Amino acid sequence: MSGDDFSESLEGIYHIQGRDFVDAGIVSSEVKKSLQGKGISESIIRRIAVITFEAEINIISYAEQGTIQLFIEPDAVIIEANDAGPGIADIDLALQEGYSTADDSIRELGFGAGMGLCNIKKFSDIFELTSLVGQGTYLRSIVKLNG
Amino acid sequence: MLNARVIVGEDKLDIEITTAFGADLMSDVLSFARSGCLLITGLSNPQAVRTAYALDISAILVCRGKSLTDKFIEIARELGIPILWTRFIMFESCGRLFQEGLTGCIRKTDGTEEKTIVR
Ligand SMILES: Nc1ncnc2c1ncn2[C@@H]1O[C@H](COP(=O)(O)OP(=O)(O)OP(=O)(O)O)[C@@H](O)[C@H]1O
Ligand SMILES: [Mg+2]
Repeated sequence: MSGDDFSESLEGIYHIQGRDFVDAGIVSSEVKKSLQGKGISESIIRRIAVITFEAEINIISYAEQGTIQLFIEPDAVIIEANDAGPGIADIDLALQEGYSTADDSIRELGFGAGMGLCNIKKFSDIFELTSLVGQGTYLRSIVKLNG
Repeated sequence: MLNARVIVGEDKLDIEITTAFGADLMSDVLSFARSGCLLITGLSNPQAVRTAYALDISAILVCRGKSLTDKFIEIARELGIPILWTRFIMFESCGRLFQEGLTGCIRKTDGTEEKTIVR
């Protein structure tokens, strides 16, 4: 869905199964581990770990399955989350703080406040969200490495 | 003060923590908590540990005497997140720690008040 090709800088690809809550959050932990020792500042790694966490939980919560890809470019880290699922009919609404369609299983896990997408946007330097209803959702977040 | 038990991180008892964030909702922790704080929560699942790890939270205090699974403890060990455990409810846990000088890692969500409390 994106015109840019970052394939040369692919650092990791993580597959996520929808509704599989047991290991929810593990992709974020793995992404964080893989960014350490590369000269990237702790605060930037934190932002990326949070972005990945929120995107991962959304795929598990709402989609059938999906992938998160991590790219490390010389000047930026790119997180791409792609899923096959119901998609988002109204993106502006989904981006409103507090809007959530999360069910009880998601709330029990400690999520579903309607903050995730806002939080991803807040921590991204460039944020892109597109979706096709009945097909899936594509999210791209770019975090610049220097300023 | 809290009769807290150290479940994970006996070796890290000397770390200094001056701020805290209390919530059961990890969505709110991910949105508002700051690195280096103590997370006070009644949520004792692996996602709480992974949230703490993502944010470089210094330790988790599990309140309300919530039961801890082996998986929770195993992930905390793996990710190096110290776990404390108390039977005190959230309000008591926060109140007692505040009295001892711990402050919120942020004070209000809109950032209108300074973090440091003048005593
Ligand atoms: N990948 C997705 N596929 C389908 N719908 C989604 C997806 N991601 C988000 N949504 C929709 O957008 C809403 C808002 O998402 P957001 O992540 O901001 O909040 P939340 O997941 O409800 O709660 P939180 O992230 O705070 O735990 C969701 O409740 C859901 O309806
Ligand atoms: Mg979410």
